[in-house]
Amino acid sequence: MIDFLRRLFGQPGSSATAKDRLRLVLMTDHLELAPEMIEAMKRDLVDVISRHVEVDRERIEVNFERQDSALAMLANIPILSVNRPNGNGAHAAPEPPKETPEPMAAAAAEPPTEAKKPPVRKRRRKSSKKAAAAKGAAPAATPAPAGAS
Amino acid sequence: MSARRIVVTSGKGGVGKTTTTANLGATLAIRGKRVILIDADIGLRNLDLVLGLEKRIVFDLVEVAEGRCQLRQALIRDKRFESLSVLPAAQTREKDAISLEQFRAIVDLAAEQADYVLIDCPAGIEAGFRNAVGGADEAIVVTTPEVSAIRDADRVVGKIAHDRKPIRLIVNRLRPEMVRSGDMLSVEDVCEVLSVELLGVVPDDEEVIDTTNRGEPIALREGGRLRAIYDKIARRLEGEMVPFTNFDNTSLFGRLIGALKVG
Amino acid sequence: MSQIQSVPQEIEAAAAPAKALGRAIVLTSGKGGVGKTTTTANLGTALAQRGAKVVLVDADVGLRNLDIVLGLESRVKHHLLDVLEEQCSLDDALVAGKHTETLFLLAAAQSREKDDVETHKMKELVASLRERFDYVLIDCPAGIELGFRNAVAGADEAIVVCTPEVSAVRDVDRVVGLLGNRFRPQLVINRLRPALVRKGKMLSVDDVNGILRLPLLGVIADEPEIIVTTNRGEPLALQRNTPTGAAYHAIAARIAGDDVPAPMPASSKPSLFERVGEFLGGKRA
Repeated sequence: MIDFLRRLFGQPGSSATAKDRLRLVLMTDHLELAPEMIEAMKRDLVDVISRHVEVDRERIEVNFERQDSALAMLANIPILSVNRPNGNGAHAAPEPPKETPEPMAAAAAEPPTEAKKPPVRKRRRKSSKKAAAAKGAAPAATPAPAGAS
Repeated sequence: MSARRIVVTSGKGGVGKTTTTANLGATLAIRGKRVILIDADIGLRNLDLVLGLEKRIVFDLVEVAEGRCQLRQALIRDKRFESLSVLPAAQTREKDAISLEQFRAIVDLAAEQADYVLIDCPAGIEAGFRNAVGGADEAIVVTTPEVSAIRDADRVVGKIAHDRKPIRLIVNRLRPEMVRSGDMLSVEDVCEVLSVELLGVVPDDEEVIDTTNRGEPIALREGGRLRAIYDKIARRLEGEMVPFTNFDNTSLFGRLIGALKVG
Repeated sequence: MSQIQSVPQEIEAAAAPAKALGRAIVLTSGKGGVGKTTTTANLGTALAQRGAKVVLVDADVGLRNLDIVLGLESRVKHHLLDVLEEQCSLDDALVAGKHTETLFLLAAAQSREKDDVETHKMKELVASLRERFDYVLIDCPAGIELGFRNAVAGADEAIVVCTPEVSAVRDVDRVVGLLGNRFRPQLVINRLRPALVRKGKMLSVDDVNGILRLPLLGVIADEPEIIVTTNRGEPLALQRNTPTGAAYHAIAARIAGDDVPAPMPASSKPSLFERVGEFLGGKRA
């Protein structure tokens, strides 16, 4: 009886589930098949973000994660320095309160007046449905992702 | 003028490549075209069986490639049609028994004497597939409305698109009642996912098994609904704009009918 | 000196209980699309539900589908080739089943080719899996080339899956020949349609096995539910009280050595419904 009513009122059967799963699995398959595309995305992402902050290009990590019924790209981009708001030279980002403190290494390259601070990690979440747009880099005071939408 | 060379492929096995090749070939022949079918599934040949020609095999594809016989000696003329011939695969060899160049040369030869050369592709994406696709200028991808088949079809489309060959889709074994009840992906769903131009939709029909048992392509059965469908596919292949039968009925009325249908 | 050293080792070896190696079974068919993957998923599920530790290995490199049939496609992080090429550990690659605790999947690589698998490495992998699991079920790709050979390499038992159709029977016959003397393959007949068999429009079980002459493990009837369960990624074996679910469990029991009759779909007489339907000229879809 329930089955009859289901069919009568058009409740989604397993085909809706199938379509959803198929869509996601194909996205994953395509990504797996195109490492060059992922490299290109990384490069483009870094280029755009570098307009606002200086990043550690060597240690960028990009992963793809399934979130409900969307595929999300998670980029972990270590930030080395943030420009002063008025644009005058580099200014190290403030130390994040909850991050594991790293030993203050004596930095040979830094000017002697400033102690080298540990790099701030910024997490960016990018949903597969949004175009890539670098948001203004608010210094990550908390571990929660900034600019997520 | 040289023939159109079309590979019929899918990635996933068992979705109906061989049945499609046989029936489409038969339909084109009925429409007066000169058709040569090539079975590229070396080691697991079945095109001959599906057409009921298994007893007439003398030479095969590999023997032609190795120069042990001429193409015309290996081609089996199907007497039920004006101009349908089949080049069977070898059964006791493997797909690497023939190189891409050799296969292409044979297709070239066949293309000189036909309007259509249809290549029945093996399952998979390995050497057999590469040879079959390599010998063609166009592709027909066959899929069923099931997740694994569509996934494999997607992979194959990706590979062929790389060669920039035109690809068209046949959705095989559709079960309209299951689509209506939401238990099977619709043709729209499949096309949306694959983004390939639709060539035809063939419903699931238990008669197909019977015809394969007998070695009689179902396209031969006068008045059968599959005959009409393959005819439409052939016409679309020829460039005609033929509307698709509306199988998927998602209106409330349609659902009422679907829900009340028994048997 | 060495004599004295070796004695304690011998005593130790004698005292340690011999750990039974798991069974490595390849599921193959030659022809594609007859239900190898579905059967692997369901048999694995049924065996795991009996408490056995089961690992399913998808050997269809480039065209993987065991993951999607099990509903695990979003959980695959590493695959067979990552393990073979030592890019990751086996534990990193094994994906736990969604619905069954003791079931694990080792997925195929989607972006690689079957040629990338080295036979001896595959053998080693299966050997090490046998030390950890009671059952290693290997889902073989279609065909009889390297993919098939690699899937078969590590196995010591074989199940051939066949549908009651001429091409499938022919291909299974070829495969049995290729499997050679190392194996005594057992047969699963899949997608039987009893109504068609009665009408004489489909080969019967006896027709098929009259040609193949293999020990019959079981027969599964064609059910639309299979498509639904694949859509959902929930193998039908999870539903023991359905005819197909029960059939898979019966096959699992036979594999485990229980004395269970080979499951046959209930089909001896046409139902009244069918008879009336035929009388009125209706045709079952």
